[in-house]
Amino acid sequence: MNITLSIIYLIATVTFVIGLKLLGHPETAKKGNLIAASGMGLAIIGTIFLHELEVPGFVYILIGSAILIGAIIGWIISVKVAMTKMPELVSLFNGFGGASAALIGIVEFGSNAGDTTQIITIIAAIIIGSITFSGSMIAWAKLNGTMWKDIRLPKYNLINNVFFLGLLVFGAYIVWSSTDNNFIIYLLLLAALVYGILFVIPIGGADMPVVISLLNSLTGIAAAITGILYGNMVMLVGGILVGSAGLILTFAMCVAMNRSLTNVIFGAFGGDEVAGGPTGKTGGTVKKANPSDVAVMMNYSNKVVIVPGYGLAVAQAQHVIHELEELLTKRGIDVSYAIHPVAGRMPGHMNVLLAESNVDYDKLIDMDDINPQFKNTDVVLVVGANDVVNPAAHNDPSSPIYGMPILDVEDAKSIIINKRSMNPGYAGIENELFFNQKTSMLFGDAKATIQELLTELKGM
Amino acid sequence: MTGFIEFIRNNLELIYILILAIFIGVEVIKNIPAVLHTPLMSGANALSGVVIVGAILVMLNADPENYIALSLGFIAVVLGIINVVGGFAVTNRMLQMFKKKKK
Repeated sequence: MNITLSIIYLIATVTFVIGLKLLGHPETAKKGNLIAASGMGLAIIGTIFLHELEVPGFVYILIGSAILIGAIIGWIISVKVAMTKMPELVSLFNGFGGASAALIGIVEFGSNAGDTTQIITIIAAIIIGSITFSGSMIAWAKLNGTMWKDIRLPKYNLINNVFFLGLLVFGAYIVWSSTDNNFIIYLLLLAALVYGILFVIPIGGADMPVVISLLNSLTGIAAAITGILYGNMVMLVGGILVGSAGLILTFAMCVAMNRSLTNVIFGAFGGDEVAGGPTGKTGGTVKKANPSDVAVMMNYSNKVVIVPGYGLAVAQAQHVIHELEELLTKRGIDVSYAIHPVAGRMPGHMNVLLAESNVDYDKLIDMDDINPQFKNTDVVLVVGANDVVNPAAHNDPSSPIYGMPILDVEDAKSIIINKRSMNPGYAGIENELFFNQKTSMLFGDAKATIQELLTELKGM
Repeated sequence: MTGFIEFIRNNLELIYILILAIFIGVEVIKNIPAVLHTPLMSGANALSGVVIVGAILVMLNADPENYIALSLGFIAVVLGIINVVGGFAVTNRMLQMFKKKKK
């Protein structure tokens, strides 16, 4: 290989490691992202212009236009997307990376027939790339709300595992038979795509962030495998970095949700089994409030804690909630936000959203720090959050979220819950908090309701 | 089995690099504050777009007469570059928000 190109790949690899490291600290994160991006740009340019074989001009034009088209599409999507749609977007992009790896495998299969080592890597790239692609698309559809229901075939765990084993056997057969039949490789591609769908489809929407993180890690592995295929170090190291970092991140998310990875993948969460669970506790009457009641309560309190959830994000209420917080602060009321580790759709998602509307960083308080403060809190305003404040996590061992750390809003003097309806949250379970004596329900769209509340408050 | 030993013998350096890279990935990500999980995931996702290098190689190495390889490679490049450009751009956008409220 051209020595200049080798050095470029080396530099790119180093920028990936440094970039990833810097991404892990709030002050340096932006720099880290730019460093990694410039390394990537360098690797791409080097690959195109320092290729040692003679390539006809029209191929260069094709490559150039492919890059131009993709870059424009990627740029437009990234600029246009709403911050609330971030998890979906990561999933979508991730799927594209996986598809790219699978396509590379398909093309290379034809020219490497007979070389066992190469065929093994090609087959691994096709299987992992396709699973990532179809899995990410399902995850995207679920988060996007296009596909709400978790479809579970009877004995889906068994079916999935048998299917997966079958896939491996099929792959091994292709290696062993040293066939160069293209039809069989498309069949493998199809089977892997189907497995990706089967793998993600039974997993509940609440667990999608974990799944996306896992699939992200898989894309990294697929990239690394294609790197082995070409003996290309930047792909190998870059891919493996993402693979292992993604896995660590996946585990960190599981810890935040108090679930194990096996439980996420094989456990039915928010499924029919759960809905049929004990509901005796949750019966009772629900107290309704209107914005003017809540405005009065807040106006005469000393300490207010806001618990933002995904509902707030969906309604785009992050700006109006910031206005509310500013108004209350101006009147001498102590206001803070209680941030559950998995508030929103991904860990850290809520912080991004509130940062978008200029909420002061010091007002975002982590779960462990805010929980002891609820005792002294006069009013808790829960906006579009449900499972993260469900006391069943503490006191109902039969509940699927039992053991998950929650925000102890129950300790506050009064609780206001803003929700669109009585529908259960993402985990699909009832919340006894709604029936608590101290709780008042403030029904309505988060943005409109908080706006009304704000107007009432301004008039006082 | 002989194939396996052969593979190890021929790719020893590769295997060393692979294992060391796994450890680097783990060490680099350890103890990340939850606030950064979302941008980090998005940044790592952009990095996995390095597969674009392979997609470009597919097109460069393809026989110019082989239209199937060229078209599949073309799609792979488009998808890969969407992953790279979109991923880095959106991570940057997210991190910009963190920065703004600092001052």
